[in-house]
Amino acid sequence: MKLHEYQSKQIFAKYGIPIPKGRVATTAIEARQIAEELGGLVVIKSQVLVGGRGKAGGIRLAKTAKEAEEVATQILGMEIKGLPVRKVLVDPAANIEQEIYLGITNDRAARRPVFMASAAGGVEIEEVARTNPEKIIKVHIDPLLGLRDYQARDIAIGIDLPKEYWKQFVDICRGLWRAYMDCDATLAEINPLVILKEKSLLALDGKMVLDDNALFRHPDLAEMRDVDEEAAAETEARKYGLSFIKLDGNIGCMVNGAGLAMTTMDIVKLFGGEPANFLDIGGGAGADKVAAAMRIILSDKNVKVILFNVFGGITRCDEVAKGILVALKEVKPTIPMVVRLVGTNAEEGRKLLADANMITAETLADAAKKSVAAAKA
Amino acid sequence: MSILVDKNTRLLVQGITGNEGLFHTQQMLAYGTKVVAGTRPGKGGEWVLDGKVPVFDSCKAAVEATGANASIIFVAASFAPDAIFEAADAGIPFIVCVTEGVAVQDMMRVREYLDQKQVRLLGPNCPGLLTPGEAKVGIIPGNIAIPGDVGVVSRSGTLTYEVLYALKLVGIGATTCVGIGGDPINGTNFIDCLSMFEDDPHTEKVVMIGEIGGTDEQKAAQFIASKMTKPVVSFIAGQTAPPGKRMGHAGAIIEGGAGTASEKVKALEAAGVKVAKHPEEIPSLLK
Repeated sequence: MKLHEYQSKQIFAKYGIPIPKGRVATTAIEARQIAEELGGLVVIKSQVLVGGRGKAGGIRLAKTAKEAEEVATQILGMEIKGLPVRKVLVDPAANIEQEIYLGITNDRAARRPVFMASAAGGVEIEEVARTNPEKIIKVHIDPLLGLRDYQARDIAIGIDLPKEYWKQFVDICRGLWRAYMDCDATLAEINPLVILKEKSLLALDGKMVLDDNALFRHPDLAEMRDVDEEAAAETEARKYGLSFIKLDGNIGCMVNGAGLAMTTMDIVKLFGGEPANFLDIGGGAGADKVAAAMRIILSDKNVKVILFNVFGGITRCDEVAKGILVALKEVKPTIPMVVRLVGTNAEEGRKLLADANMITAETLADAAKKSVAAAKA
Repeated sequence: MSILVDKNTRLLVQGITGNEGLFHTQQMLAYGTKVVAGTRPGKGGEWVLDGKVPVFDSCKAAVEATGANASIIFVAASFAPDAIFEAADAGIPFIVCVTEGVAVQDMMRVREYLDQKQVRLLGPNCPGLLTPGEAKVGIIPGNIAIPGDVGVVSRSGTLTYEVLYALKLVGIGATTCVGIGGDPINGTNFIDCLSMFEDDPHTEKVVMIGEIGGTDEQKAAQFIASKMTKPVVSFIAGQTAPPGKRMGHAGAIIEGGAGTASEKVKALEAAGVKVAKHPEEIPSLLK
């Protein structure tokens, strides 16, 4: 789950990281009021969950409160990479001497968190990694020990940070580490962390991504999810514990297991069809879950056929079959359905569905071919 | 022959009294696995499945009473890290965690601790493993695989069943089938399994099933090219997966343009691995 810049910076502030004194606004009038309070030059920043806001014109300066209102009006009417801007952050402009990158992420290959820093901040770190990989300092952290102060100093030395800032920098590293740990983040990033002409450090921009699997222990953070920024069907699916991603095709797929769900999409494409979605009903899926999954697939008007591919392990085929029957009664779909049940309790499942007027398939390839044919009929 | 589990494995089931724990314990017993104990704090002293398996309050008590040497975990994601630590501290050398949805920072701590204790973990978010005809530790349906000479290792659950079933239909069997799980940080990985299959005298060929996300398949390709003498056939799921979206498995995501199916296929083909276009093509590539 991605957090907005303003949400990330609010969290950083709780951990003692200095951030600008701005506030978030949902209307241009509010933006003007904030600019008036702040006085002087302000920066109006669109709050959307994509990168490249600056290039898209979503981050602009305003000299006066009146100009802030005008700029906010324009930005609040924008779409950036397809996402409508619903909020802007109004921050006082900073006198920047140098921009630094500082972030923590999970290094999957090393199985450890890694601090990354670069004296070339302000641009995307992936860009620096491509063009000047030697300019990125990486320090892996022992997950059982946590960040040690010497490691933070090593980072400061690695990016040639002037000595006078070391103490403040170590404090910021500690704060960022605690924010990353306490929030179960998979990314906590300050970009840029700036050296001000006033000779202190300030986190000008922030970004956090949280581990969805850990949200159960962070109900306060889970509430920060911005559902405006995702497809409605994906929000609905999450409510039922389903993993759903909308695609552009016309063959709806309901599959148990993520690997098999991806493979089902792949094989549909291989045999000349286009999958309408990725949908994993998960392990141990009961009738209510299956019914919800069917409603979600059918809410996409492009869908011409539904392919059920269920290989029973922890999920029992008879449970899925019961779910299909409940859903059929409730939703009354008029499009053809192809069903394939194999594995745990498959026989019982097939018996339950015998009278449901569905196209049956034995193999995966067979199921894909029949679905493609039905979608073209 | 087999890797990791066989008919002598003495299995402990953590979370044995829950729905899934009980159902799959029954399935494992029916397959012939020696399930010697279960745990559920507060239910120590009880027996489950008509008196077949004793329940203990802790792993330590279960190990002392029964000599369990492997454990399988069926507890909820919020309790799974603790269950893994408990099994490791009770001296169990091989732990299988079926649970899906374990927090990734928890897994980093678990993995670090287990590495220090030299305890082997399989999973989390995995279907476990099956040595056909000998033992089933996990949730892989027993009736979809037969004994044979092919080692199978996979990041997926149901997709693995798909492959085992396709092999069985043409009479090809497996030495052991290992599901390593779909999380970004897990225990046993592809290279561990490839290496064990290479050393197992009864394994003649290996099937490796990967998916988008991370670089484990690319690393496995390097290992295959430099260390393996046995032929490997592979399949990579997620050719049609859009970038930046997590495809169900926490680890199945194309990040910053890296971890795509095509780069994995390319690396494997360069290592001399035959890569199937779909899972049911695997049997013909093994011949």
